[in-house]
Amino acid sequence: MSSDKPTARSMLRPPETASDALTAMTVVMQRDLKSSFRQPQDLLNPLLFFILVVMLFPLGVSPEVEFLQQAGAGILWVAALLSVLLSMDQLFRHDFDDGTLEQLVLQPQPLFLLVLAKSLAHWALTGLPLVVLTPVLAVMVHLDGNSIGVLCLTLLIGTPVLSLIGAIGAALTLGLRSAGVLLSLMIIPLYIPVLIFGTGTVMAATEGAAVSGQLALMLAFLVLALTLAPFAAAAALRISLSNG
Amino acid sequence: MSEPLLQAVNLHCERDGRTLFRDLSFSILPGTLTRVEGPNGAGKTTLLRVLAGLNDNAEGRVLWCGNDRGARRESFLRNTLYIGHRPGIKPLLSPLENLRALTATRSPCSDAALRRALKGTGLDGFEHVPCHRLSAGQQRRVALARLLVADEPLWILDEIFTAIDVQGVDALERLLAQRVEEGGSIIVTTHHSLQMSGMRRITLGEGSDEL
Repeated sequence: MSSDKPTARSMLRPPETASDALTAMTVVMQRDLKSSFRQPQDLLNPLLFFILVVMLFPLGVSPEVEFLQQAGAGILWVAALLSVLLSMDQLFRHDFDDGTLEQLVLQPQPLFLLVLAKSLAHWALTGLPLVVLTPVLAVMVHLDGNSIGVLCLTLLIGTPVLSLIGAIGAALTLGLRSAGVLLSLMIIPLYIPVLIFGTGTVMAATEGAAVSGQLALMLAFLVLALTLAPFAAAAALRISLSNG
Repeated sequence: MSEPLLQAVNLHCERDGRTLFRDLSFSILPGTLTRVEGPNGAGKTTLLRVLAGLNDNAEGRVLWCGNDRGARRESFLRNTLYIGHRPGIKPLLSPLENLRALTATRSPCSDAALRRALKGTGLDGFEHVPCHRLSAGQQRRVALARLLVADEPLWILDEIFTAIDVQGVDALERLLAQRVEEGGSIIVTTHHSLQMSGMRRITLGEGSDEL
């Protein structure tokens, strides 16, 4: 009987191809998008938070046109940053609780690619809707047409950076029972450069200055985050799971 | 004598200042079922997570096909199936969607094959019900359906009989026996009295029970 028994070597599977990694990324993204669309309240939370924070400024500080024009870009950027931060803890938490994360780490495909896929899915579910909503709220704070365009552009470049950097913090704090405060303390300092350049670019546009240089710098942030953050988050995930 | 698939050499693991296992060495040969035994808290799950590559806190070496696993990680991961306590079932997705996501990059198969696997685990008619509406045992069965389409040579299964009914346990035992017959290696932990000819045992926590 042992003669027709396959040996260990013959049972081993061939090494992977590049298309396998792409398939794995697609599967991860599809699963996250599908799960989120079946629980729409998780999608609406950051959006509602964004709208409410922006609405409270005219009520709480001053409804005057000059003030809002002056502070509008900053208000919208801070509100967007906080609502992304609010949703960050959920990025790996559900997957950690139901064991999906273990299966993800044990995929033969490079983990940083899968983390990148998850970060992009997170951006598509939180950052992108914020960008879409921004023109409406920008009109409410009396920004002019040109500034609104630049504001949307900076958010379009900036929010993926927020998701990618946030993924590092979410991965590091995964083993903790309540990560909320620690996550914010760790991540906000890293968000500050993006915030400064984001609002600075819009301010420059409002004053009629050229913004291409600042936009290029923000794009550099994005490239840096796209290439480095998934590695850091993947390493952090391994550590968090080792102790889990 | 066939060469071992997986070898553990002098594994040593501590947790919260307590030694779970020390100088633990064993080999996993093709076509064998190995059962990890021990009382609650003896470190069975920890050992399985170390073997699966999830826990890097243990000292000692793990060899894959005779080579250090760290250098052959991709080959190891590609050829090992791990199902843990939390089997990676998304509560909002249906059994079919879950199974498809879990198998897509490992052993891609047609929807018809996945449906057959779900039918084989008694989930006929539940393919499109969100998993959070299923019972605990049914959710477990979704994870176990992976075994019907998996062709990895090494399976690491943690407490697979949990929440499974009597008929399910019988079917699962038959499946494991058949897999071993085909030349697959299986490492399991279970408190269920598993009887199988040629079963190897690794016993943890001997002499440390204070009950």
